[in-house]
Amino acid sequence: MSVVYKKSPVLTDAPMHYCPGCGHGIIHKLVAETLVELDVVGKTIFVASVGCSALAYNYFKLDMVQSPHGRALAVATGVKRALPNHVVFTYQGDGDLAAIGTAETIHAAARGEKLSVVFVNNAIYGMTGGQMAPTTMPGQVTQTSPYGRSTETAGYPVRVCEMLATLDGVAYAERVAVDTVPHIRKAKAAIKKAFSNQLAGRGFSIVEVLSQCPTNWALPPLQAIEWLKENMIPYYPLGVFKDTAAEGGE
Amino acid sequence: MAERVLMKGNEALAEAAIQAGCRHFFGYPITPQTEINAYLSRRMPKIGGTYLQAESELAAVNMVMGAASAGVRAMTSSSSPGISLKTEGISYMIGSDLPCLIVNVQRCGPGLGGIRPSQADYNQATKAPGHGDSHILVFAPATVQEMVDIPFKAFDLAERYRMPAMILADGLLGQMMEPVVFTDESAKQNEKPWATTGHENKRPPNFVTSLYLDPAILEQKVTERFARYAEIEENEVMTEGSYLEDAELVVVAFGATARICRGAVNQARTMGMRVGLLRPVTLWPFPKKQLRQLAGTAKHVLTVEMNMGQMVNDVRLAVSGAAEVHFYGRAGGMVPTPQDVLAEMRRILGGEQA
Repeated sequence: MSVVYKKSPVLTDAPMHYCPGCGHGIIHKLVAETLVELDVVGKTIFVASVGCSALAYNYFKLDMVQSPHGRALAVATGVKRALPNHVVFTYQGDGDLAAIGTAETIHAAARGEKLSVVFVNNAIYGMTGGQMAPTTMPGQVTQTSPYGRSTETAGYPVRVCEMLATLDGVAYAERVAVDTVPHIRKAKAAIKKAFSNQLAGRGFSIVEVLSQCPTNWALPPLQAIEWLKENMIPYYPLGVFKDTAAEGGE
Repeated sequence: MAERVLMKGNEALAEAAIQAGCRHFFGYPITPQTEINAYLSRRMPKIGGTYLQAESELAAVNMVMGAASAGVRAMTSSSSPGISLKTEGISYMIGSDLPCLIVNVQRCGPGLGGIRPSQADYNQATKAPGHGDSHILVFAPATVQEMVDIPFKAFDLAERYRMPAMILADGLLGQMMEPVVFTDESAKQNEKPWATTGHENKRPPNFVTSLYLDPAILEQKVTERFARYAEIEENEVMTEGSYLEDAELVVVAFGATARICRGAVNQARTMGMRVGLLRPVTLWPFPKKQLRQLAGTAKHVLTVEMNMGQMVNDVRLAVSGAAEVHFYGRAGGMVPTPQDVLAEMRRILGGEQA
């Protein structure tokens, strides 16, 4: 009998603390598989952020730096400038990357830092128990938008990939989702591309992953997937927003 | 003997950092430390180093954190309002046991304050460099030569004790020019087996983190750190003293203020006053024991600072009532003169010495 599926050797045996139906487990797996396929495990430094994935160091057999909230891309810049031939990536949520770390995100992108970014957008602050995020949908009920996000008082969700695609330092920006098997396969290809870009010395590469948060959306896992499809994908369209390699403009 | 060169304090410090092995500088422009940025932006590209002008003080200090995690000698520099922003990164580096060098060429606060010299960040540097139970090494140079010598010492101690080091200078030292000598002493190298450099599938992964959700483990981490702090307080105090043997009045001052006090003390000696000067070179660790000893023979201690009285509280604690502690200070960028200090000494000793 041949093995058709097994756990990535980069992942530890620690039971994950993520909630049932959460997308982080899938995205962790995609990152782990990518690092093995590109054969870069030994020379990779994972820069973790603050949010549910702050505990990711329990799950990856990688050298890791835990950065302050929002500063992952500044920390990663420091690591990469010290170790330019290593693979450095950040794994950040929407609060970290698109609220408290907006300046760090935009300027790391503008400088064209040769980093790979896995950006998990679940439209909510998960770790702190479900508060409104910069990516929370108009009308979405959270702990701090109890009447639904009012665009009048809380403004509009931020479309990160579209915004970053306008910057010359960005080599690659794609939005994917982990709601269905075909989408997960596409997400894997996008993550692999973001890391391949770094190995090829291209600029900043970001993959935004739309992910479900059943606990804080107060939905059973299957309904959470439906909610993502019906609410998030129309506002956050999937696709490639920038790819300088494909344009031959590297 | 190496050549003597005339240099501005800020530029001397920047060159010394390079000679001490620093190849990664992350900064943001702010008066009165901008010469450090300008100098390193010229030098780093020529020696294969990194000069990166960050989008903010926050980003700069966190870039230092990243580079320090990777095991290289990294630094940033700023001035008071910028240091307030950096306290986040400083706290995280303390909590992650990371060595680095932070320079504060102090200006006056609070808020934007002014750009004239000040020592009003003493409490911030020595008491609360960031949130949490913590200390950093704090050095207070008083000459441009010390702006050259201290970066070597600071990087070395920071690495040996795995903690950030700060050089607490002020606008006077940063801007003044003096002849300096760069010794050829090559920078000491310290092993960094904890650095996140990629495990190459040869060792278990390294984690640089300040996150410990288990209170028992976090308490243990903090306790271990404080054991290191105790060792530092025992072994790494640096001071300079003059005329202390028979001093009835000991003046305590650091940095540029100590230069002014030295002038006043010299003048007082010619007038027959038994006064001496103790200059802490390290502000943390603070020379507690030495002060306690001096208080056994001196009747008075006069602390002079360019602030409203910050170090004087550490002096009071060290002296513990064994001598009378006095304070003279100026704020807002006003610099005390030797005449001011002399007048203060005469007022204190007036009743006892003719």
